Amino acid sequence: MLVLEDVHTHYGKIEALHGVSVEVKKGEIVSLIGANGAGKTTLLMTVCGNPRASSGRIFLEGREITNESTAQIMRSGISIVPEGRRVFSGLTVEENLHMGGFFNTKAEIRKSQQHVYELFPRLKEREHQRAGTMSGGEQQMLAIGRALMSRPEMIILDEPSLGLAPLIIKQIFEIIGQLREEGITVFLVEQNAHQALNLADRGYVLETGKIRLHDTGKNLLENPDVQNAYLGG
Amino acid sequence: MAAYNFRHALFCAIITLIISYPIIGFNLEAQGIKVTLTGADASTLTMVLLAAVIVFLFQLFRENILGALRSIPSPLPEAKKEPMAENRRAKIESWVLTGIVVLALFWPFFVSRGSVDLATLVLIYIMLALGLNVVVGLAGLLDLGYVAFYAVGAYTFALLSQYTGISFWLALPIGALLAALFGLVLGFPVLRLRGDYLAIVTLGFGEIIRILLNNWTTLTGGPNGIGGIPDPTLFGMEFGRRVKEEGNTSFHETFGIAYSGEHKVIFLYLIALVLAVFTALVIRRFMRMPVGRAWEALREDEIAARSLGLSRTAVKLSAFTIGAFFAGFAGTVFASKQGFISPESFVFLESAIILAIVVLGGMGSQIGVVLAAIAVTILPELAREFSEYRMLIFGAAMVLMMVWRPQGLMPMRRIHIELKKQE
Repeated sequence: MLVLEDVHTHYGKIEALHGVSVEVKKGEIVSLIGANGAGKTTLLMTVCGNPRASSGRIFLEGREITNESTAQIMRSGISIVPEGRRVFSGLTVEENLHMGGFFNTKAEIRKSQQHVYELFPRLKEREHQRAGTMSGGEQQMLAIGRALMSRPEMIILDEPSLGLAPLIIKQIFEIIGQLREEGITVFLVEQNAHQALNLADRGYVLETGKIRLHDTGKNLLENPDVQNAYLGG
Repeated sequence: MAAYNFRHALFCAIITLIISYPIIGFNLEAQGIKVTLTGADASTLTMVLLAAVIVFLFQLFRENILGALRSIPSPLPEAKKEPMAENRRAKIESWVLTGIVVLALFWPFFVSRGSVDLATLVLIYIMLALGLNVVVGLAGLLDLGYVAFYAVGAYTFALLSQYTGISFWLALPIGALLAALFGLVLGFPVLRLRGDYLAIVTLGFGEIIRILLNNWTTLTGGPNGIGGIPDPTLFGMEFGRRVKEEGNTSFHETFGIAYSGEHKVIFLYLIALVLAVFTALVIRRFMRMPVGRAWEALREDEIAARSLGLSRTAVKLSAFTIGAFFAGFAGTVFASKQGFISPESFVFLESAIILAIVVLGGMGSQIGVVLAAIAVTILPELAREFSEYRMLIFGAAMVLMMVWRPQGLMPMRRIHIELKKQE
């Protein structure tokens, strides 16, 4: 589904990714874990074309997207839930969702909207409320819902558990599991390594811009190095 | 606490003295070739001292005074009422607005020429403010050089009429389209900028246009401006006493009524009214279309908007272009109304006033912007007697507004669209 081949990314003269290769297969949940500043978000942003990879190639369903514009990439069956939620705080919940389905027809929007409300009944209750007035967990639900509105084949989540209460985190991860049941491929970037690996089919460990480890989620959970570094021993 | 208050009040009073004494208390007087500095007379000094004392007392008892102000009950008894149902209010609102427009159609026939003239100016400002509202209020792009597009519209008409003898009705779309083109051209370099940087670049652009008009003497006449811009005609009927152009007839002869200078003024007013209503309706339409929501999304969060596949380029350019288009409209009407334009009409202060209208009215709110345009244009005219202090009053009004109603006169309401329930 999504393939990164030896991708290097620069911010100015500083190289943030030193040749990263990642593959996400259809229908999988793949987790990417790593410490602060390891380059997790950079990797996701590179997939979205902002910043662009300085070398290496990125494929989405066999099509090379390395040099496509962000707008083009984001319209080709891939959705991202950006770090820190980034809902449109002045717009209502409903309008936020409609923005997610910007390039779809009205009938499609209606259908996806209903589907999102089934996944997150809380959003239905808050339909006409301004997004900025909701709690962090609700905003995260909205951000995921908004990403689902375009009926993506693949969804990328950047730190969905950031700053949320443990109970809400549990809920969010349940929803992510549910997305897999629906056939949506999930690429999950998390600092919350335990839960992310528990859920994932496979996992990658990113360290200072390089992939250190790559295994199934279960094996990574049991790996002593990973336990030491990311799971608190 | 009391000690702090006292120190703070003393500080404020001293600052008042420091600021006001040199400005008001000293006079420079020319005696022959020498300039001498003289102190002001006793009464001025007393006033300065009195001002300092008032500031001191206000700051000392600030809490009590503001507390007392707050405890005054709201003058509007309706303030606590439940808001009306959304669709009912929308219906009433549209009826009231239609009524106001109809009244505005007949109003000029009953009032003096001066007020109609002023009303035309108000309508021009309404058009400008509605246009800028798209750029600043909806798309959130701070544009300090908006007057440039206004100038493009006005000069397009003036130059075309001077060199090719074009009529108002043909110049109107050409002026607007040319202004829109300038908006597009300006849009490209500023795409990557935001906030302060964008403001500076647009400010520069506004100045470039004005200085260009000022210095390109061979084409634009420079500071002398361009005169003799024709009045609009009504189906080939002119409003002057004598017909200027061959093939045209004059309005008063066709209808067999006595010539009156008022006809032209009223006609211009009606044109401005129709165009202002047209502007409001078109922009209202845009706001309800996906592109309108895209503007807002980009204003709220650029990264999120881009993550949804919106093209930053297309969204920003469309806002700039549409905003500029309506400025061109207003410019053409302005040129026709004045009959004479010069770069002096398009200084930065104009941009600032239009921006002030948008901010005062409430960013993104159309009704608010219209109200603010009326207030900002008419109040200075009413306050002619205090003409020296006009800018002072204007500034004070702005400060007070920002304190009491930071969202503007009529903050933007979310337009609410109900999707049909599925069967």
